[in-house]
Amino acid sequence: MSVRRLAAEQPEGFAFTPENLEWAKAQIAKYPEGRQASAVLPLMWRAQEQMGGWLPEPALRYVADMLAMAYIRVYEIATFYTMFNLAPVGRYYVQVCGTTPCWLRGANEIKDTCRKLIGEPGHVTADGLFSWTEVECLGACVNAPMAQINKDYYEDLTPESMARILKDMKAGRRVEPGPQDGRQASAPAGGPITLTDPELYKDETPDADRDAAGPALTDDEAKRPGKAANVREAAVPKPPLGKGRKPRPR
Amino acid sequence: MLQDKDRIFKNLYGLHSWRLKAARARGAWDGTKAMIEKGHEAIIEEVKASGSRGRGGAGFPTGLKWSFMPTKSDGRPNYLVVNADESEPGTCKDRDIMRHDPQLLIEGAFLASFAMRAHVSYIYIRGEFIREREILQAAIDEAYDAKLIGKNNVNGWDFDLYLHHGAGAYICGEETALLESLEGKKGQPRLKPPFPANVGLYGAPTTVNNVETIAVVPDILRRGATWFSSLGRPNNTGTKLFCLSGHVNKPCNVEEEMGIPLRELIDHYAGGVRGGWDNLLAVIPGGSSVPCIPASECSDLPMDFDSLKALKTGLGTAAVIVMDNSTDIIRAIARLSYFYKHESCGQCTPCREGTGWMWRVLERMAKGQAEKGEIDMLLSVSYQVEGHTICALGDAAAWPVQGLIRHFRHVIEQRIDEQALKPIAPSVPVAAE
Repeated sequence: MSVRRLAAEQPEGFAFTPENLEWAKAQIAKYPEGRQASAVLPLMWRAQEQMGGWLPEPALRYVADMLAMAYIRVYEIATFYTMFNLAPVGRYYVQVCGTTPCWLRGANEIKDTCRKLIGEPGHVTADGLFSWTEVECLGACVNAPMAQINKDYYEDLTPESMARILKDMKAGRRVEPGPQDGRQASAPAGGPITLTDPELYKDETPDADRDAAGPALTDDEAKRPGKAANVREAAVPKPPLGKGRKPRPR
Repeated sequence: MLQDKDRIFKNLYGLHSWRLKAARARGAWDGTKAMIEKGHEAIIEEVKASGSRGRGGAGFPTGLKWSFMPTKSDGRPNYLVVNADESEPGTCKDRDIMRHDPQLLIEGAFLASFAMRAHVSYIYIRGEFIREREILQAAIDEAYDAKLIGKNNVNGWDFDLYLHHGAGAYICGEETALLESLEGKKGQPRLKPPFPANVGLYGAPTTVNNVETIAVVPDILRRGATWFSSLGRPNNTGTKLFCLSGHVNKPCNVEEEMGIPLRELIDHYAGGVRGGWDNLLAVIPGGSSVPCIPASECSDLPMDFDSLKALKTGLGTAAVIVMDNSTDIIRAIARLSYFYKHESCGQCTPCREGTGWMWRVLERMAKGQAEKGEIDMLLSVSYQVEGHTICALGDAAAWPVQGLIRHFRHVIEQRIDEQALKPIAPSVPVAAE
């Protein structure tokens, strides 16, 4: 377990933007009648995105009201799940994996690079751009060492490539996520030695959709701070069904 | 060695499109309706006959697990929940399925739900997999649009599939903790019994299966149970995704037959151990939760459930973590102990207190600042944690420590001896002011 506490300084209030409110209603509709509490993690996550990467206390109460949950149930979720940041983070929030498979391949050097270029874990740089922390296994172990920056995984890192990524992000340049040494996903370096039989793919046509396979397809809410969080909308315990394509279970 | 034509995950590396059209060209959703028409029991029997065992770590026979689900409803619905909360250190196979071959998972969820008479299924994906979530959701939407799933779909079984995500808790990979989390609570495991097949999600009968377990189902049904069971070894059939990480020259994921020798996996697919086979120190063969084994046991070792169990370790998730002679094995295991301390849900005292205690002792042992008698004390504490908790996280925290002491006690003792020989730093006199 890790000890996690709410930040000392909190904003006045919180409310979802109209788009997020609409999105939240669709989420709630995924779960059976009376089970709207199931949507608590997705809603808290969306609230965190709207706040630019952290969850203030008013947002917790807002989500609790929306789902007709006791405040304590949402507070305990906020401190239990480690992806919820209870204090502000940098615009680029760097999470370096430090668990054994990454550690074996040099995660400590990546951490040192972050310490040198950003500061101690949890510290937000003066320009508000960066903060970093060490996290437990992120599930990209054959691409170790790796770090998650906001939504993307940056894999096969070296201290040099980590420094370059941070520098490029600071300069506002786009950094390609994924393996930084030119590898194809989880294939061995130098190219796959399996799945090379063209017979397997003989029915495939050159796929026009290929280019669209990039990131951000349905969940594409850019990470930016929300508007002044002083508009308080009424709690919506169980909104009507969405477009009707995906009806409730049962 | 497995031939390409026998591989199930044809787009493991994402060299081809993950979209529905391309997935169908690779064979997904082919003849699904005909499989459904055979009936619920026929599918369960076929999966039983294939000998498929759960790919999430425990290796429980899949068909048998499915057969525990009630066949007549007492008013409650049946649910299938797919466990995509992949967080076991060393493991990164489900991620590749979800981002590169999502239709196999969706089709598998459809078929498994039909077999268990479930009309609704949830996929619980770990929160950190944000891009994977986007792709999987887009793939689900494509399947809905093509009327492959949903109400009145072309396959003839009403089926709704929802994607749900977590928020960073390893413990939610435990099936009952996952259900708690899916219900909107802290992910703290439930006592069993009642088992999820009787009282699961929302109090209704539920089966929780790993992503890989579900994603191989369409191929088992399409190609037949005999094809699947002809691969691998008796009681350990089929293919398996192996994740080869750590000190190898070319870390990678690869699909291979169950029972493939460990050395062949490492030498052929991962480019060998860094510095050659003789430089191998130890291997963790199945994700961080299983005990490590020394190099001496690795040379002729088939990678399957039963062979590894005989060595007092396990296949787990088939995540092979390789450590060469440069590794400080005490620190490597101490880092795992920190992981379990961090991820303990805090519900059971032996685990909540024991994981932190074991980590602190190991940290001291890594520096040699311990007594030799403490090694046996540590071992005894690990046995007091193991088997005395609601879920298996306590066991998972104890096993790496036990593996370390079983095989590398001499390293710990040597470090303590070396530390004892070091001169004690002279204390600097400080004026009393």
